[in-house]
Amino acid sequence: MNAREHAGPVCSAALLFFALLLPPVKHALEASMTMQMLVQIPSLIVVGLFLSRAVPARIDAVLAGWDHHGITGLVLATLAAALWMLPRMLDASIAQPSIAAAKYLSVPLLVGLPFALSWPRMGFIVRGVFLIELIATFFRMGWLYMIWPDRLCNNYLLGDQQRLGKYMVLIGALLLLWIACKLLWGRMDAFVEAPLSRAPDAGVQRLGPHAGS
Amino acid sequence: MPVLRTLAASLVLIVLGGYTLSAATEGFQAFTTETARRIEVREHPVKIPAVELETASGARVDFSGFRGQWLVVDFIYTRCPTYCSALGGEFAQLQDRLAGPLAQGKLRLLSISFDPGRDTPRQLAAYQQRFRWRGPGWLAARPVTADGLRQLERAFGIIVIPDALGGYVHNTAIHLIDPQGRLVEIMDMGKPDQVAHAVLRKLAL
Repeated sequence: MNAREHAGPVCSAALLFFALLLPPVKHALEASMTMQMLVQIPSLIVVGLFLSRAVPARIDAVLAGWDHHGITGLVLATLAAALWMLPRMLDASIAQPSIAAAKYLSVPLLVGLPFALSWPRMGFIVRGVFLIELIATFFRMGWLYMIWPDRLCNNYLLGDQQRLGKYMVLIGALLLLWIACKLLWGRMDAFVEAPLSRAPDAGVQRLGPHAGS
Repeated sequence: MPVLRTLAASLVLIVLGGYTLSAATEGFQAFTTETARRIEVREHPVKIPAVELETASGARVDFSGFRGQWLVVDFIYTRCPTYCSALGGEFAQLQDRLAGPLAQGKLRLLSISFDPGRDTPRQLAAYQQRFRWRGPGWLAARPVTADGLRQLERAFGIIVIPDALGGYVHNTAIHLIDPQGRLVEIMDMGKPDQVAHAVLRKLAL
């Protein structure tokens, strides 16, 4: 890839990132727990996905040597994402500028970026485990938010927390439905062609006969 | 080789991630801000700033004027239909259970309004009357300035947010201040027996 091909994704990432930083946008997205967890944090992950497309193939090849089947990237993304699932961190990211900066930097760079780089390297089993665990997390946290009698975040109302719980269970159910359809009528390998893979030719290469092993 | 390198890199990440998560949860104990502030206060007592208050009788007192006494503090707004009513009832019960030290002046109960615009001394007095106020051991007061309120909220870790009904939602708890003016313990509401017990134990030390 040459510099011009990198410019597109970098621009998209920068545009989205600075849009999320705009005080009215930031304020609106942090006004409810539902918006922060289902819009703000996912959007920051998308910034990382855009950035991954600007990583030169040379560097990606070096990373691949440390990222067998995408495991290392998945571990990093999972751990960093776990931090931003703590109700305490959601509160702190509103009240403390240093924690807000940590959120705005770590979610794109330690969740979205490593995940997007590792996804093409993951085989059928790793992807399957990841997706099932993702769905289970939506169900577990959604259920918790729906039934928990007290507010988990000091900055958010109980009704907001319960609404978030319902949405998370719904998202989990939709993901499950989508995967069930894939398993019944599609091939899991076809995920490699998903928009996450960075370059079409690289995708085809990874699609080789051992991609799913 | 890539397998071994991946294993090594993943292990390093798991150790670092585990350390970070442990630090962010006070050793996997505090997942919410409420639990965290209870643990933090117990380990590092917080000095309460000398904020000026106006009491239900209209008198002005400085927070530093309570030095030498233990203080049991809660945060309220008098229009509150839910938690603050419960807190008011709880303070009424504490008046009975802690009658001894309250009469000796070793201890005071203090309800601070975070809605000073509406909670005039008259409103504060009416609030106390609703909950069987019986003597000067229980003060209700409002911060005199908006800045004073902010300082208190920050020191105590109180977060007040508007609810959908024109009122407020806030983290409710019972706070214990030592005679040096430091916040040393935060307790759950709804358990007046435990609060009374904890206060008596501190007084006996």
